[in-house]
Amino acid sequence: MRRGVFLAAAAWVWVLVSMAGSGWGADEIKVGVVGPMAFTQGEGHWNGATMAAEEINAKGGVQVGKKKLPIKLVKVDSNEFLNVTDATNAMERAITYDKVDFLMGGFRTEAVLAMQDIAMEYKKIFLGCGAAHPELCARVAKDYEKYKYWFRVTPINSTFLVKVDFLLLEMVAKKMATELGISKPKVAIVAEKAVWADPIVNIAQENLPKMGMEIAGVWRPSPVATDVSAELSAVQSAGAHIIFTSFSSSVGIPFAKQWGELQVPAAAVGINVEAQKDGFWAATGGKGNYTLTMNTYARVKMTDSTIPFFDKYKERFKEAPNYTAGTYDALHILVQAIERAGTLDSAKVVQELEKTQYMGGAGKIVFSKDHDVTWGPGFVTAIGTQWQDGQNLCVWPDGWQGIKYEGCVDYKIPPWVRAHYKK
Amino acid sequence: MASDIIVNGLISGSIYALLAIGFSLIFGVARIVNIAHTAFYMVAAYAIHFALHNLGVPYLLAMPLAIVLVVGLGLACYRLFIDPIREHEAAVLIATIALAMVFQEVTLMLFKGHYRGTPPLLEGFLTVAGVKVAYQQLLSFVVVLLVLGLVWLFLGHTRLGLAIRTTAQDREVANLMGMDVARIAMLTMAISVGMAGVAGAVVVPLFVLDPFMWLAPLIMIMAVVVLGGLGSIKGSFLGAYILGFAESLVVFLLPMGSFLKGSVALSVMIVVLLIRPEGLFGIAFEEER
Repeated sequence: MRRGVFLAAAAWVWVLVSMAGSGWGADEIKVGVVGPMAFTQGEGHWNGATMAAEEINAKGGVQVGKKKLPIKLVKVDSNEFLNVTDATNAMERAITYDKVDFLMGGFRTEAVLAMQDIAMEYKKIFLGCGAAHPELCARVAKDYEKYKYWFRVTPINSTFLVKVDFLLLEMVAKKMATELGISKPKVAIVAEKAVWADPIVNIAQENLPKMGMEIAGVWRPSPVATDVSAELSAVQSAGAHIIFTSFSSSVGIPFAKQWGELQVPAAAVGINVEAQKDGFWAATGGKGNYTLTMNTYARVKMTDSTIPFFDKYKERFKEAPNYTAGTYDALHILVQAIERAGTLDSAKVVQELEKTQYMGGAGKIVFSKDHDVTWGPGFVTAIGTQWQDGQNLCVWPDGWQGIKYEGCVDYKIPPWVRAHYKK
Repeated sequence: MASDIIVNGLISGSIYALLAIGFSLIFGVARIVNIAHTAFYMVAAYAIHFALHNLGVPYLLAMPLAIVLVVGLGLACYRLFIDPIREHEAAVLIATIALAMVFQEVTLMLFKGHYRGTPPLLEGFLTVAGVKVAYQQLLSFVVVLLVLGLVWLFLGHTRLGLAIRTTAQDREVANLMGMDVARIAMLTMAISVGMAGVAGAVVVPLFVLDPFMWLAPLIMIMAVVVLGGLGSIKGSFLGAYILGFAESLVVFLLPMGSFLKGSVALSVMIVVLLIRPEGLFGIAFEEER
């Protein structure tokens, strides 16, 4: 009798453990969405994937061979803004406890590199939607067998980000020349003190004179500085016509806010990640008007899917998508690859992912040999957006390589800058 | 360039002064190293933001409401977590670190990690000696000076102020003279946290709000307090402006290293301490022992 009770209890525990591990019912595809969920970037990851999963499930799910399986998303809070160790723990848990079949997301390169290793060890496909460092894909080229399960969907890698950055600067310089007669503008390089911005500063110092511009100075505030009025005073004293920005952290907000408040007579252009978000307008109290930043999404026709995606996202989540919402495309790309492969087997799905030709919200997604998203005309180009009276509008490409997306508007020199130099 | 350094140094120094004097006051009176001091400043800033954007409360009402809220919160924390262990300075230090972390995590949970901002109370700017100063910065500067003036009047010209200063100088003697030291400590906590609340209210339109905004000023005000002399209000006042000007100097003289402004300010503190270990106006360590 005792033995029977013991066996029954053991069986019950086994059932519970099995349920906890694999989820009730195995007829689903579990996708782990990894990101810092308390922050905008993580919200973008989750929202994009949620929207895609709802669409896929509404059509009955994913055709895997003869079965139709629904998508089940698992929220994996990596907390990578604050702690890289949390990210690796979250990744381990997602794979071993939640038993996800596929992964997507990630944001901070140092965290994603660590998470990438874990995913690769378990041979789990990991679609990157946040980190731009080239090393993530260089690993695929160096050790294909180990890293072939990694693909970057968004953003374009940082080498191409820098190219777009300089194209934006060139556009503004041309505008200053034609509209204000400033043929050799003085450029203040203002870049947060972070590793990713160091090469941009070096390249700018080397290339600006070749591009017919003069360097007014280089300022490197802390990424989390709350007050940059001293830097802005110094920029103005240096006689800069253009401020070339590189901000990925919170400093982008006080910079734009104080730049507009103090009406510093220099146009701001470059990378300001905070200016890519809808909350930027409220955070700067509208003082960030005329800030120009590189971006991924705007309500323009980059492909046939851009505007429907943009509108649906905005209606559903009451804000414009940021680039981490590229999980939307990532999930559709993954599902198409699974359906073509007819199996959930990672190695076979990888082969299909490599053949991807997908018209996404940010352009046509085709993976390079090292599984990076292709940049350039006809593929993903990235865009430049400028805040104009409460709207973040696409202003670039403005004819670069013959590209001008339907819905793009002209870049506007801030009125106080125009007034200052028109005197 | 000199005018740029002076104007910018004065403004950032004033905010540090407001925070550092509150921090110094409670240390001087009750020997409480309140690491949560700038967390109260953060709570005040978020309370104003919430009142403005979620409840539609006007700015001028939101500010005093937030300060009252923070004072109440400060007193509750004091009674529940600090007073019972007040005699153990190391335990108090650890308890206030824990409090600050709790405030941070609760803020993160309620408001998430989004950067938030609030429009200025006064729009536009003024040009002072060729330097553009936003009206909001100027207003903050005036408010800070006003509050500091009021604190100075209170401490120097009222019986209660005298009791606080007496307790700060020698708790045991104050106790022997019949002063209710515990009550004075609690009152000082209210004033100290209230000053952090005012600082939070003043910076809301100037700075970016995020759940980690309490960390950077904490490091600076600790440097200010050590530089000025532990527990010395006069020292904190002067120390705040010295570090404010040091920061400003770095930005103008070393633009490529403007991220170093905090480190340079802290280095100034170390240099002063090497020359004068008790800080500018502090009691010599030997004497205190």
